[in-house]
Amino acid sequence: MSKHLIDLIGVTKDFDGELALNNIDLYIRNGEFLTLLGPSGCGKTTMLRIIAGFETATAGKVLIDGVDVSSVPAYKRKVNTVFQKYALFPHLNVYDNIAFGLKIKKADKAKIDRKVNEMLEMVELQGLGKRSIDELSGGQQQRVAIARALANEPECLLLDEPLGALDLKLRKEMQIELKRMQQQLGITFIYVTHDQEEALTMSDTIVVMRKGVIQQIGTPIDIYNEPQNAFVADFIGESNILSGVMTEDYFVEFLGKGFNCVDKGFERNEPVDVVIRPEDIKLISPEEGTLSGIVKSTVFMGVHYEMQIEAAGFTFLVHSTSMEDEGAHVGLSFFPDDIHIMRKDKAAE
Amino acid sequence: MKRKYFATPYLAWMIVLIVAPMIIIAYYAFTGQADGAFTLDNIKAALDPIYMSVLWRSISLAVISTVICLVLGYPIAYILSRMKPSTAAILSMLFILPMWMNFLLRTYAWMTLLDTNGLINRLLGLVGIGPLRLMNTQGAVVVGMVYNYLPFMILPIYNILQKMPKANIEAAQDLGANSKQVFTRVVLPLSRPGVISGIIMVFVPCITTFAISRLLGGSQFMLYGDLIETQFLSVGQAYGGWNVGAALSCIMMVLVFICLGITNHFDKDSSGGTLI
Amino acid sequence: MKREHRFLKGLFIGIMLVFLYAPIIVMIVYSFNASRTMGNWGGFSTEWYGALFRDRDILAALEVTLSVAVISSIVATLLGTTAAIGIHSMKRRTRNVILTTTNLPVVNPDLVTGISLMFAFSILMVPQGYTRLLLAHITFNIPYVILSVMPKLRQTSDSLYEAALDLGAKPSYALRKVVLPQIAPGIVSGMILAFTLSVDDFVISFFCQQGAQNLSTYIYSLARRGINPKINALSAIMFVVVLALLLLVNVISSQNTEEAKAKRREKKRRRMAAAEA
Repeated sequence: MSKHLIDLIGVTKDFDGELALNNIDLYIRNGEFLTLLGPSGCGKTTMLRIIAGFETATAGKVLIDGVDVSSVPAYKRKVNTVFQKYALFPHLNVYDNIAFGLKIKKADKAKIDRKVNEMLEMVELQGLGKRSIDELSGGQQQRVAIARALANEPECLLLDEPLGALDLKLRKEMQIELKRMQQQLGITFIYVTHDQEEALTMSDTIVVMRKGVIQQIGTPIDIYNEPQNAFVADFIGESNILSGVMTEDYFVEFLGKGFNCVDKGFERNEPVDVVIRPEDIKLISPEEGTLSGIVKSTVFMGVHYEMQIEAAGFTFLVHSTSMEDEGAHVGLSFFPDDIHIMRKDKAAE
Repeated sequence: MKRKYFATPYLAWMIVLIVAPMIIIAYYAFTGQADGAFTLDNIKAALDPIYMSVLWRSISLAVISTVICLVLGYPIAYILSRMKPSTAAILSMLFILPMWMNFLLRTYAWMTLLDTNGLINRLLGLVGIGPLRLMNTQGAVVVGMVYNYLPFMILPIYNILQKMPKANIEAAQDLGANSKQVFTRVVLPLSRPGVISGIIMVFVPCITTFAISRLLGGSQFMLYGDLIETQFLSVGQAYGGWNVGAALSCIMMVLVFICLGITNHFDKDSSGGTLI
Repeated sequence: MKREHRFLKGLFIGIMLVFLYAPIIVMIVYSFNASRTMGNWGGFSTEWYGALFRDRDILAALEVTLSVAVISSIVATLLGTTAAIGIHSMKRRTRNVILTTTNLPVVNPDLVTGISLMFAFSILMVPQGYTRLLLAHITFNIPYVILSVMPKLRQTSDSLYEAALDLGAKPSYALRKVVLPQIAPGIVSGMILAFTLSVDDFVISFFCQQGAQNLSTYIYSLARRGINPKINALSAIMFVVVLALLLLVNVISSQNTEEAKAKRREKKRRRMAAAEA
């Protein structure tokens, strides 16, 4: 798990003056499930295409197994891609789509046959080899696309928003299956998505990107619990983001009140972003709370209630299992370790 | 008023000027000039060996011209489809532009070039060749056909190549295909519908033309189109020309529809096949 | 290697363009030739243009061509568009039968279409000349209009029309204000196609020509008698007109796309600015 499979060193991509990737340094380890996560236009797909060999970086190097592949064309690279809209060959049936790469390699017939059947079994499409592509459902096409890419036995599979076109239920199923395949095969998956939930469920490592710059690299738990800036916090789940000032170590002021927190190492009176997750806010009686406010709206979400509570001029988003009526006076309180302090992101301004 | 009645005026028009005329052709082909009784004489006359040799010549010239159009047109369409969209738009416009000029003027242009005193012979004369007899040859007819119908080959192929998703090509590269393999295994098979409609759009007018053969081939190279035209306008109704001409037209029509059937059949076969 | 490839491709495209344009350019150059024979350059002259404009027959043929093209494309567009709307709302089987029949003149050789029309006109005793020419051109133009309008109708969702009715529009109003704008691009391209096909047609006109020659049939009768410098002059004028029309269309459409691009860029900028705030 420790060996680097892919290294990006100072990779920059410039599309006619628009910087899609800005000096990216990143390594991807053997056998990990790494997700590139970010809003559209953040450069995640461009990064994937540079690794696959469809785009050439304006500056920087891409190493696969320690070898510089910057000038190696896509068809000679040991990685394979599952495309966004599958890009299955409409003139070939399921079997021939999966066999495409093996036929190019001039593998013998028996081997091709064995491999294709193995792949069909893996994606649970046994017996559909003779079907033509347009007779398949979206979910089945997705499975063929995965089987086609895996038939080539790549060291690394690149997946470009592969589940984007599927409905919610199918997407959940495929998430679990992709994870199973990755563990079964023990190869590296690089997965591009803009869906944070998908990233959190499947990944070993998440790379959060914005405007061609990496914002944070970490495990799903790290990224969720310790977002490094307001952007990451906001992108990974819903958050209350407030402006505050670190008056001293372990003490922050916002909304005109002082709070204990667990962060230190800031300059005296440094302006910061304060992030509080909606589920970390406790509702208590107005007299007890540090802040008190009025419930503006309450919506039942299935497991919890989502409430908007106005306090000291800020509208807090609160998730709670107990319901408060609209117009009710409530007190808000939070534990010191639920207050996340972040440096103001200069790039984001 | 129901919306489907909107089609009524056209349906009347269609029955009178599309359906009925086809039936009339068949009627003339199978009846005698004098008595209007049923006969197979016209068909027999149309199958005369002399006429069949003309038919054979027409088919071979049309096949030659179609093949040349394909060999020239496919690379043009392919190169254009790989260009920057702005350059491709201008160049494809340039390839279509001559089509907007009148068909007769395009054919006439070659008369002036191929003439014994024309520019080509003049240029050849400068290097000590000629003058060659270029006009009134089969070559001149083929040149005229290729010149007139080449855009009909380029256009459908270009359209289909341009619409081909880039991801299909990238997927092939991703799976290890080099540029030659990408072309033979993905681009070519996927562009087949464009090739087929290009072939039809060139072959059908080539096999039935009579203006090109008259103007560039002189009177020696009678093609099937000339034959039919002569039956109608030179032999005339009174001498049974309309009946034989109708029979010849029927043969031609059957031939064209057989060609369409074959290409359609090919197209369906291909959906799961591998070779072109 | 790569550069060589690029050079060869450019060379090939260049040669093909020369093949397409050399004959036209040669004709244009020789249209200013004072000498009557093609090989000799007898000095610059515009006498053939003068002769062209004094030739009543050519001017009459030109008038016939243009008026037939204008009238037939308008009539074909009207008939074809209403037909397409009607056919679209029919049951599948009827629709397929009608569309297959409509396709006949498109796939049938022009020669056969021309002859079949000649038969029909003589049986129906349609007077020879202009009437036959016009009816023939309308007949072969309608299918092309229908073929360009049908796909647009298929793209337009039926619920759009139904939504208009649901909101209280009368069928005629819904058709005019909802369906028509959706299929307008198809109607326009069908009309342009019909116009160019009508100007270009020779074979079908040839069988209706008695009493009314259009440009195609007239040039054919001239060219059969050999080279005529007046035709060079005519070609030059036609080419310049077509080129000018094409440039005009291109300039207008590129201006539109430039504007659209600028608008899109502006919108994107504003959205991003809003997201920042």
